[in-house]
Amino acid sequence: MSVLIDKSTKILIQGFTGKMGTFHSEEMIKYGSKVVGGVTPGKGGSKHLNLPVFNTVKEAVETTGASASILFVPPAFAADSAMEAADAGIKTCVAIVDGIPSHDMIRIKRYMRRYSRVQKMTLVGPNCAGVISPGKSMLGIMPGHIYKEGKVGIIGRSGTLGYEAAQQMKNLGIGISTSVGIGGDPINGSSFKDILEKFEGDKETEAVLMIGEIGGPQEVAAGKFAKENMKKPVIAYIAGITAPKGRVMGHAGAIVSAYGESAVEKVELLKECGVTISKNPSVMGETVKSVLDKSKWVK
Amino acid sequence: MDIHEYQAKKILAGFGVAVPRGGIVYSPENAENKARELGGSKWVVKAQIHSGARGKAGGIIVCNSELEVAQATDKLLGKKLVTNQTGPEGKIVNRVYIEEATDIKKELYLGLVFDRSSESIMVVASTEGGMSVEEISKQKPETIIRSKIEVAVGMQQFQAREIAFGLGIEPKLISRMAEAITGCYRAFSELDATMVEVNPLVISNQEQILALDCKMSFDNNALFRRNQISELRDKTQENASEVYASDRGLNYVSLDGNIGNIINGAGLAMASMDMIKLAGGEPANFLDVGGGATPEKIVKAFKLISMDKKVKVILVNIFAGINRCDWVAEGIVQALQKIEIKVPLVIRLAGTNVEKGNQILKESKINYIEAYTLEDAANKAVKALGK
Repeated sequence: MSVLIDKSTKILIQGFTGKMGTFHSEEMIKYGSKVVGGVTPGKGGSKHLNLPVFNTVKEAVETTGASASILFVPPAFAADSAMEAADAGIKTCVAIVDGIPSHDMIRIKRYMRRYSRVQKMTLVGPNCAGVISPGKSMLGIMPGHIYKEGKVGIIGRSGTLGYEAAQQMKNLGIGISTSVGIGGDPINGSSFKDILEKFEGDKETEAVLMIGEIGGPQEVAAGKFAKENMKKPVIAYIAGITAPKGRVMGHAGAIVSAYGESAVEKVELLKECGVTISKNPSVMGETVKSVLDKSKWVK
Repeated sequence: MDIHEYQAKKILAGFGVAVPRGGIVYSPENAENKARELGGSKWVVKAQIHSGARGKAGGIIVCNSELEVAQATDKLLGKKLVTNQTGPEGKIVNRVYIEEATDIKKELYLGLVFDRSSESIMVVASTEGGMSVEEISKQKPETIIRSKIEVAVGMQQFQAREIAFGLGIEPKLISRMAEAITGCYRAFSELDATMVEVNPLVISNQEQILALDCKMSFDNNALFRRNQISELRDKTQENASEVYASDRGLNYVSLDGNIGNIINGAGLAMASMDMIKLAGGEPANFLDVGGGATPEKIVKAFKLISMDKKVKVILVNIFAGINRCDWVAEGIVQALQKIEIKVPLVIRLAGTNVEKGNQILKESKINYIEAYTLEDAANKAVKALGK
């Protein structure tokens, strides 16, 4: 099992025929993802990479039965595309793009409130590497081969730091059920807590690694959720001990503006919630291993 | 992106928020004329820099004659003001704002920010204007009023009234105060702002409600649709290296240490800085060349780091995904053919085709220290400092 996507998930590419869309569609198909077509308004009816192109997401969903999509559209049009996906009944939508205005992200989230919890789309990102369920499906832009199939869930803000964790785990023989990049923006589609909840409900996931950073309340909110609602162990690394206060560190959301948002404060608050802390980024894999070994011994 | 006080005031005035009369000047002669034009017998001369706490740093001078206005302007122009927000290097004063003085009866605080927990716009207000919001929350937390505004429908009249009543405004001024609050909200939501702070918002002896000082910041991601806002950017107020970097599509923050970094991805960059610190060193910068780490970006990054005289060692840490290590390695070799690096260079490559990448580096003539893991890279960089 896995969360969000598995082997049978039918995938649409929004912004299919562009350079980025084409390149990453090919990579996803190579990995084994079930890409069933794409959407580029105005190019409906044609074929691209031997797959059908549609004018609207609705039409694409009706014809292909797709339940997931990934956006390769420029930031100015991303909000519109995400709302179109939500309206067409897409269940999981990944927005890779960096640079969506915060006001647009709020607009998307308000728009999605019209759907009931069951019908509601899970938006992942923006400004992220996407989702991968190793050995099953990839809905993202990550290098698939560094992820080993297994039982640990990963949730992270950063793409390359997530790769680092996956590789450390692979080197130790630890596999991953699903890795979810929630992105570095201040307002994102899914929070750490949203994805933790999914991992807690996933039978195959035994533990979850959260890779957080300075800025915002999400890591601590997830810690509180884990303390109150989770049986599975949670491990966390928080990047940015050396980041100065009040400065944006690359990710639009990586800025300390209130108490509880610095790396040191987040680590303290997460410890209080019973989360195991990876004390530096080079021991993320080892820390996961020690937690897995301990829980086996307890059983 | 930040803007100057006078620019923010002009924007707010456009949204129906009253501001004192004033004008921007670039010379003492200009200032004297402006004071005469404004009339009256008392003026405030205000240094325009991207920082608060200018008053304590001597950047705001009250004058009682046109001559004093000219003298104060002369004193401020071209000077570097150091406030508790600018860092020790300070910020240069290139523009001075001349404003008619206001007889203040009451000073209030009004701020609008994004609240990341509720994903709405939060209005923060207090009766203790003139102090920073941090000081207010420490010393007078009981005076703080918070109001969450649902962005889908915008600020409602009753919400603005509630804030106004909460501030203890006398009944006859309530609707004018509510208008000022609503104006600030509209400026925030219609211009893609990330922060609007009016501190102080004052009630004058003539019972006017005026924005006496104002700071505004805007969402960089939204500047593509806010041409009038992006034109207000004043690069003289930003760190020169950071301007150089942002003009070239690099995410760069200048820091105080001596180990320069070139890294792909913001999270990995922060993590690498943390490892340097743990290894006993101090990072000279944060630099994210983007997840893709294209050869062009790597060349630009080396150029940028080589301009920083603090840097005694350079650490390159690239985790290559779709962009393979061999491609990244070629980018590094190309960069080093163009730019002479005089300090030790530590390179750690990881990810797709790492063996091929390392081989390319070895076969090139470049002089570098190879590292294998994040920890190894940080340790070797710190060790290379001693050489």
